[in-house]
Amino acid sequence: MAHSAPRIATIDGIADEIAALLGSMLVETVDHADELSFTVVREELANAMVTLRDMGHYQQLMEIAGVDYPDRAERFEVCYHLLSVTRNHRIRVKVSTDENMPVPTVTHIWPVAGWLEREVFDMYGVVFEGNTDLRRILTDYGFRGHPQRKDFPLTGYVELRYSEEDKRVVYEPVRLAQDFRSFDFMSPWEGAQYVLPGDEKAGQAPGAPTPAAAPPPPPSAPKGEAKGDTPKTTESKSDTGAGEPANAKAAAKSEDAPVKPEEHTDEGEGAAKPEDKA
Amino acid sequence: MADYLDELDHRTDAADPAYGDTEIQNYTINFGPQHPAAHGVLRLVMELEGEIVERCDPHVGLLHRGTEKLIEYKTYLQALPYFDRLDYCSPLGMEHSYVLAVEKLLNLEVPLRAQYLRVFFAELTRICNHMLNLGSHVMDVGAMTPNLWLFEIREDCLNFFERASGARMHSAYFRPGGVHQDVPLKLLTDIADWLDTRLPRLFEDAMSLVVDNRIFKQRNVDIAVVSKEDALKWGFSGPMIRGSGIPWDIRKAQPYDVYDRMDFDVPVGTNFDCYDRFMVRVEEVRQSARIMKQCLNEMPEGPIASFDRKVVPPKRGEMKRSMEALIHHFKLYTEGFHVPAGEVYVATESPKGEFGVYLVADGSNKPYRCKIRPTAFSHLQAMDFMMKGHMLADTTAVLGAMDIVFGECDR
Repeated sequence: MAHSAPRIATIDGIADEIAALLGSMLVETVDHADELSFTVVREELANAMVTLRDMGHYQQLMEIAGVDYPDRAERFEVCYHLLSVTRNHRIRVKVSTDENMPVPTVTHIWPVAGWLEREVFDMYGVVFEGNTDLRRILTDYGFRGHPQRKDFPLTGYVELRYSEEDKRVVYEPVRLAQDFRSFDFMSPWEGAQYVLPGDEKAGQAPGAPTPAAAPPPPPSAPKGEAKGDTPKTTESKSDTGAGEPANAKAAAKSEDAPVKPEEHTDEGEGAAKPEDKA
Repeated sequence: MADYLDELDHRTDAADPAYGDTEIQNYTINFGPQHPAAHGVLRLVMELEGEIVERCDPHVGLLHRGTEKLIEYKTYLQALPYFDRLDYCSPLGMEHSYVLAVEKLLNLEVPLRAQYLRVFFAELTRICNHMLNLGSHVMDVGAMTPNLWLFEIREDCLNFFERASGARMHSAYFRPGGVHQDVPLKLLTDIADWLDTRLPRLFEDAMSLVVDNRIFKQRNVDIAVVSKEDALKWGFSGPMIRGSGIPWDIRKAQPYDVYDRMDFDVPVGTNFDCYDRFMVRVEEVRQSARIMKQCLNEMPEGPIASFDRKVVPPKRGEMKRSMEALIHHFKLYTEGFHVPAGEVYVATESPKGEFGVYLVADGSNKPYRCKIRPTAFSHLQAMDFMMKGHMLADTTAVLGAMDIVFGECDR
């Protein structure tokens, strides 16, 4: 243990002890970074908490935190952080749920859960069954949506200002002078979720040759033998490789005099003939 | 208007006033959101019977800024300054939880001098915070002078923060892996002098006006008594749980940084009322000064931040000479460091109580979820049961003894 974070006493066999206490209510135990997490069956949460408080001596509920994992079938995780002041130990109890499935309340076990559950409801829309006072708590009066969900935009949907005409605060759709800039720092070699600039053409058929390519050799003067089995034939204009008159002219010129610098500036006869643009 | 309509509908009768007098309604008032004794933007909807508070419903969230959401869009280093702005009266106490949570996920070792510096400045923060709270508590129940004297000390503290970090309040001084920069020796000697002379003189002077004052005791003794069982049930922490007679201090029970080397006492209350909570804080100031003196005596020379260059950026001088340092500097201040996937809950003893950070990392350079456990949330929630049966004027005493700052409560 190199870090200097709060050193919590390790009690030998505490994970097994709690697993035995919870029995069939337990789904999964995770021991990570010296912290124990117990996932319990959602419907049995209240019973599990009573057991942990009375038999496990976890007297205090310090925190209820919601987490959103949109990829999961039950997307929300509700994490209860328990503290035992007599055993000097902390554990985390988790249940998973979605937008519709209610989580049993623990307000009758710890009254402090009232506001903590209200906050999870406000931020994630998780419903707590049995909480008689499930109002919004942190967001504005009349707020819509659940801002901590991963699909809720950082900027929100409305902004408010004081309107001098109406003499009151008015809500308007949010308008940003500049788009929100989200930088992605994932390494492009390690599973970036987007197409790198320039890579979008990689899957397509190769396009037209670049203008700087050398002109094809004139068909009238093959230097070597024809490649392959089929002899080279020239039956239509497109087979010649010469193509447009401009190219033919360019090829004809290159035959006797390789490249002339003034050829590029010669607009009247060179590249810009009207039929080229069509 | 309503009376007029009632009479039109024959619900009341002006000629027979006894008809309307049978039902005595409780009086509902708004305390705040703009009230000097509310310590910020707190709205209390109180139902009064005469002057007795029957029900008290605190409305919080008027200072909600979406800190937790913002942190999910920032790198680990960029998220740090948000913690200064949570509890703006004790910024370094907030940072402490966060940097320890990140270090726990990274399993990063911090040099000893950095740990001493952190404990040192965390305790200075505690003094600074308690100066504000004790002073305003006293002022809320009617005394002016002690507050002004305590603000002298607070001003000194803020000057020390400025000399250490460059900022008076929002220091951003603790960093994952250590602290931002070393302190000059002159600052440490000045604080040592201050601890020996100015702090005790000003503080004890101010307290001599308050602690045995008859009016102050009349306003606080036996107000809002919270039993041990209730304190546990309502999730109290810090001076609130110690004021209820439970000797629980995370610095002692689950020591972090070098608190296990420090020798200090944990004061507890005996009557569990507002006066006890006040006196617990008074004694904590003295104990904090004691811890700071020990830090000054024992603090070793050495590095002030980890040498893990994948987490802690190199200093500017080094960056100008070494290519590798330049690359590290660039990468750490643009992309930031990546934290291995996992989740931790790290709670420290902030001046107001247990301030926790539940950090879920997904292996990227940004926190997947950063849940902040504010101290004020559970304390303020207990307001309803603490106020029941007390007079309206006791509200300010109860609030003052809770030590609530809305930057942290509303996040």
